Amino acid sequence: MVTCLGDALFPDVGRATVSLLRRLGVGVEVPTGQTCCAQPMVNTGYLEEAVPVVRTFVEAFAGYDAVVAPSGSCAGSVRHQHALVARRAGDPALAEAVARTAPRVHELSEFLTDVLGVEDVGATFAHRVTYHPTCHSLRLLDVGDRPTRLLRAVRGLELLELPHAQECCGFGGTFAVKNADTSVVIGQDKARHVLDTGAEVLVASDSSCLMHVGGILSRQRAGVRVMHLAEVLAATGSP
Amino acid sequence: MPAFPQAAREALGNAQLRANLAHATGTIRAKRAAVVAEVEDWEELRLAGAAIKDATLLRLDEHLLRLEAALQARGALVHWARDAAEACAVVAEVARAHGVDEVVKVKSMATQEIGLNEALAAEGIAAWETDLAELIVQLGDDLPSHILVPAIHRNRAEIRDIFARAMGAAGRPAPADLTDDPARLAEAARLHLREKFLRARVAVSGANFAVADTGTLVVVESEGNGRMCLTLPEVLVSVVGIEKVVPTWSGLEVFLQLLPRSSTGERMNPYTSTWTGVTPGDGPQEVHVVLLDNGRTRALADEVGRQALRCIRCSACLNVCPVYERTGGHAYGSVYPGPIGAILNPLLRGVGQDAQTDSLPYASTLCGACFEVCPVRIDIPEVLVHLRSQVVDAHRGGLPRPEAVAMRGGAWAFARPRRWAFVERAGGLLGRAVGRLGVRRLPWPASAWTRARDLPPVPRRPFRSWWLREGSRS
Ligand code: SF4
Repeated sequence: MVTCLGDALFPDVGRATVSLLRRLGVGVEVPTGQTCCAQPMVNTGYLEEAVPVVRTFVEAFAGYDAVVAPSGSCAGSVRHQHALVARRAGDPALAEAVARTAPRVHELSEFLTDVLGVEDVGATFAHRVTYHPTCHSLRLLDVGDRPTRLLRAVRGLELLELPHAQECCGFGGTFAVKNADTSVVIGQDKARHVLDTGAEVLVASDSSCLMHVGGILSRQRAGVRVMHLAEVLAATGSP
Repeated sequence: MPAFPQAAREALGNAQLRANLAHATGTIRAKRAAVVAEVEDWEELRLAGAAIKDATLLRLDEHLLRLEAALQARGALVHWARDAAEACAVVAEVARAHGVDEVVKVKSMATQEIGLNEALAAEGIAAWETDLAELIVQLGDDLPSHILVPAIHRNRAEIRDIFARAMGAAGRPAPADLTDDPARLAEAARLHLREKFLRARVAVSGANFAVADTGTLVVVESEGNGRMCLTLPEVLVSVVGIEKVVPTWSGLEVFLQLLPRSSTGERMNPYTSTWTGVTPGDGPQEVHVVLLDNGRTRALADEVGRQALRCIRCSACLNVCPVYERTGGHAYGSVYPGPIGAILNPLLRGVGQDAQTDSLPYASTLCGACFEVCPVRIDIPEVLVHLRSQVVDAHRGGLPRPEAVAMRGGAWAFARPRRWAFVERAGGLLGRAVGRLGVRRLPWPASAWTRARDLPPVPRRPFRSWWLREGSRS
């Protein structure tokens, strides 16, 4: 599953996910029938509008053993919101399709550690890195320390602890636009904590949060790069 | 009141406010986390608290009638108030009947919700707050900014100035040489309040809980000022939201464990006062209880939203909320600020009527920290999303707002992969063109984004076209 944001703006994240999974011997397909998990509509209150999007989602992913998403918030949205949308649509067939698909959706770090049972994915990335756990991975999916366990096994990588890591970055989907001022102030605090670590790279498992904090860091010319977890885990260090 | 985004912008401009808030919420957050971690069965306690409240709310009518009967049997006079005006009228009538022009108050959210102080003032009756933080807010001619620590936005120096300036007009003046030393400030407040306690004949309180079995009201506090009000005056009027009822004392036990750890980060609060009607020769000899609806039955009718009525006003959700921490309570435009305010106000008032109320469900990043700490497991993010859909539905029909156009456009594109592929390609071309031209001012919503954040560069081609050409084959 490639998120709509990743598809349009961060294609490298999708490519890294594909190459990482293939390196680990997983047969990967990206159904071109997919579009979006409907989270933007649901979280803004447009439940009616979300119905056809959820329908497209379950159609695209019917029949796969596992669906892997390089995004905690999209995986969380599928697992926690699709049933609500189907209920609201009053469509039992859709509800059934959701019940079949949703439990097979995994966030990337969950899939690697729980399904594949690997922690060392054979990556090399010789940089000082700090990790932001992102709210939906942390609270909606409860991925715990899976991402940092994966990062610790990366050769050459120095993992620096992010102060106040569990605090929200302030992105919040449409919150970032509807309450732009508050969103930016929260994000600036997150950016400051990132700078305090002395890391060269900020890593997270959600492109949306990275886009927000990265956008602030870039505006401040802070010199810290942002990268998705998949990109770091796909890195082999060879030129 | 302006809608949340405008009110927030103003608050964000106040650096002192933000520093005070960040310090205070950070401190109490750490205290709470430490004492909650001590309790092994915390999760079971939360589940028990939620279950008791839910069961009670489902048969609220029966429990309220039991409460009324028990109160009356113990000599209390019970009044039912549908709204703020009815509740205020009862209190004013009691004060008038006793010929007083002032009452002392125990800190209470319900009386703030109904605007009691203002209503009494209009009748020529002064209502004096006796909780230290409420006193600071009242003397400062300010609004509370936090459920538990209403003066959380004030620092010591500001408090000193407020006391020095305003105490005299309200009663005993502050000492001339008052400093911002906490002990000196507390002493000034103590002397000022003592005079009030000894003079007042009528007191007004709320209640944290009302036990239906016995007709017992419960107030939980830290300072003991509430207890003074509950014992010294001759007459007591308690304004109690109808959702405060708990069936039994054993149910109460659960909440007395959940509340102090969640709210002040203490194992047990210093003062718990319970009173049951009138006890001859001890405490107030005339006790009135006003059972207040004021939108609660409306909230109860909302199947998803009704869980908000489980709230025990501990304020834990405020202390962990990233939005509250930056904006403070005033931005929410109501006595209930923070995450609980963002759901409770729309539930009590109903959405689709004013822009301020409708803005509240959007005043959250949905990070979920509030749900994580809530001692009665109110799924605040779930209710927020639910209320957002109510706001959206209330505005269906008529001219669509830009946001609705954007959302419908997005949904239209996402409904069919071909449409999405087309929109994505067009967007990419446009984005790169804009990038090459070095255009700085973009239309909404990009403008809201780019005021303080860079947009990522638009990639040469989206993932989809890579996959179709190379990815699927390699
Ligand atoms: S919603 Fe929960 S956390 Fe917030 S004040 Fe109420 S009981 Fe406390």
